[in-house]
Amino acid sequence: MYKYDEYDQTIVDSRVAEFRDQVARRIAGEITEDQFKPLRLMNGLYLQLHAYMLRVAVPYGTLSGKQMRTLGHIARKYDRGYGHFTTRQNIQYNWIKLEEAPDILAELAAVEMHAIQTSGNCIRNISSDQYAGAAADEIEDPRPWAELLRQWSSFHPEFSYLPRKFKIAVIASDEDRAAIQLHDIGLQIRHNDAGELGFRVYVGGGMGRTPMIAPVIRDFLPAADFVSYMEACLRVYNRYGRRDNIYKARIKILVHEIGAAEYARQVEEEWAHVKTLGLDPPPGEFERIAAHFAPPAFETGLSDEIDRSDPDFALWLDSNTHAHKQPGYAIAVISLKPIGGIPGDASAEQIELMADLAERYSFDELRVTHAQNIVLPHVKKADLYALWKALDDAGLGTANLDLISDIIACPGLDYCSLANARSIPIAQKIAKRFENMDRQRDLGELKLKISGCINACGHHHAGHIGILGVDRKGEENYQLLFGGSGAEDASLAKIAGPGFNEDGIVDAVEKAVETYRTLREDGERFVDTYRRVGMQPFKEAIYG
Amino acid sequence: MKILTGNDLETGDVVWWTGEFWSRHVEESIDVADGGDAIAAREEGARRVNAPYVIDAEQTDVGPRPLHIKDRIRAIGPTVRPDLAVRPVDAAAGNWVI
Amino acid sequence: MAELLRYRDDETHEEPAVTLDAFLGQTNATAVRLEPDEDARALIPHLDRLGLIEVAFPKFRDGRGYSAARILREAGYTGELRAQGDVLIDQIAYMRRCGFDSFAPEKAISREAADKAVGFYPEVYQKAADGRSPVWALRHG
Repeated sequence: MYKYDEYDQTIVDSRVAEFRDQVARRIAGEITEDQFKPLRLMNGLYLQLHAYMLRVAVPYGTLSGKQMRTLGHIARKYDRGYGHFTTRQNIQYNWIKLEEAPDILAELAAVEMHAIQTSGNCIRNISSDQYAGAAADEIEDPRPWAELLRQWSSFHPEFSYLPRKFKIAVIASDEDRAAIQLHDIGLQIRHNDAGELGFRVYVGGGMGRTPMIAPVIRDFLPAADFVSYMEACLRVYNRYGRRDNIYKARIKILVHEIGAAEYARQVEEEWAHVKTLGLDPPPGEFERIAAHFAPPAFETGLSDEIDRSDPDFALWLDSNTHAHKQPGYAIAVISLKPIGGIPGDASAEQIELMADLAERYSFDELRVTHAQNIVLPHVKKADLYALWKALDDAGLGTANLDLISDIIACPGLDYCSLANARSIPIAQKIAKRFENMDRQRDLGELKLKISGCINACGHHHAGHIGILGVDRKGEENYQLLFGGSGAEDASLAKIAGPGFNEDGIVDAVEKAVETYRTLREDGERFVDTYRRVGMQPFKEAIYG
Repeated sequence: MKILTGNDLETGDVVWWTGEFWSRHVEESIDVADGGDAIAAREEGARRVNAPYVIDAEQTDVGPRPLHIKDRIRAIGPTVRPDLAVRPVDAAAGNWVI
Repeated sequence: MAELLRYRDDETHEEPAVTLDAFLGQTNATAVRLEPDEDARALIPHLDRLGLIEVAFPKFRDGRGYSAARILREAGYTGELRAQGDVLIDQIAYMRRCGFDSFAPEKAISREAADKAVGFYPEVYQKAADGRSPVWALRHG
């Protein structure tokens, strides 16, 4: 894992001092809320429905046990005993006091964490594959590149007042576990035909009210020129992205309006210029960062045999572990989706337990996933049973990864001031309707994603089944969508028809699922069947 | 009726205008009629409240009830965490929201 | 108009800034004002006769002027580069890094407060237009 040096620490400490000063000026009345708002937002501090909310960055989703324990400590000391893991690998606290926010940032800085640029019209937390450094299918660890981007983007003087927020994700495998085609910039590390390392660059994806899948604007970007190329991408956007309408200000609108080829041309032109300015760090800097991500001291000669005699364990093993690149090891996923629970929420005690388990079983490493779960990336297969036992005792052993109850849900109207409808109660009701785990397993991989408003924080456009909460004459109403995917087969979900109330939407989901069961062919997931047969049979089952 | 709400500047708590001070309890709200914006400007200027705004409400047996669900959720707390409700002892709080 | 904050030793440029259109249409002007939607690169052929470029910030949220400033400095402009308009104290450090060396904020900012705000960050991560060495350069001597 990356460790701060004195420079990194100085910069993060500087931010704490600066924000302490800004908060003091706000409380003293020297600046208005209008002026303070962009400052607090650049530190992830929102004013939400019930209180201030603080969003803490977990860069590329990687945490140590000590960092995780600090997150639990903050939940207990400054919040109401819990936190919420988000779809961009961050954690949010819902009950923060403005006057205490600088103290929280100081506690975070003490463990090399921060809330820098977790909101605002700037470059946000760089996200990555939650299995980075462990997955059997990656060509190399993408996180050193993500860390290089984190440093380049932090306090970037030119790109802190962009037309709109800007999200970047980096992966290094063909399987996309980070939804890169739905990011402002998505980067896939790959080799070209000559065997050189570089990136495929996608620009202009996103969800929100105008969902778009990002086109490729450069098939191969040599790794050495990475930073200057990013600089060119952002400069073109900063200069020409729309600023007349907040809803049309994301880079996807610019790329769509001028066309991917024209955007790419402008970037190349700008890049030809900025490449000459010496903005790219020397290779030694990348090597310095990459050394921090060297694989842990795996034992060799371990057996891949696992005792499956406990049937409940065997079910968890089959659903919640993933292939590791090192023989004798597995990637274990901790579900934060207990049936009837709040997706992504974890109590202080659970957070601390996960920290302990990471230290004991996973070389002191955890990951946050974009599906709001937690990963222990490096677990010895021989330890999986003990790990599962400890998780199960704490309500963290639900064996539902990628099943219908592994729901992505935004906080919705229970917490969010932008929401039009509640998301969490819908997630809870659907999970309860499909409570029978045999039934869930029979349905197989089914990604259900719920947003409480058109901003799509719950990724409803990318759900095999998506649900969008809207306000219909003051009443909560839910639209149903089918056929989305945020993976390498990225697609945007389509609305099935008129919306439903809270109970109606659960019934409609069940009808859709039963339609799939009737129509599916061997090995087809819900989304495969939908793609083959189209909307009509589902529509008839639901509205017919 | 019109009532006035906002958040406490320092704590972020949801607060309601009682005519004299800001209360955590919506039922203590008064009808501000057409005067809400003026009160809001004065109170925000004095930093006794943050981001105040006027909303529609109806008078009920237990006091004013906001007409929009968003403000009813603000008044009580997240519907999915009744243990954190502003009036956690009130078993009927959930029914009042929806 | 509040007092001018300058980070230059030379005399303040006295000639009023003209619009970009006016500047391009006359050969004598030595000061120009650039609006957010105007292309800074249009000035590049004329940099040697310019003593002042004023970049307008009608709203603090509109960050196009940051790119304009860097483009002008990257092209070798050494004259006064002024940020005018809705310029907030917490933006001055970023603006300095992009090459602005003079500020005409609508709402006065004291020199002392500006220096304090700029002084919060002794280290920077990126190379920009202010000549500061990014930490990656310091790390590798």
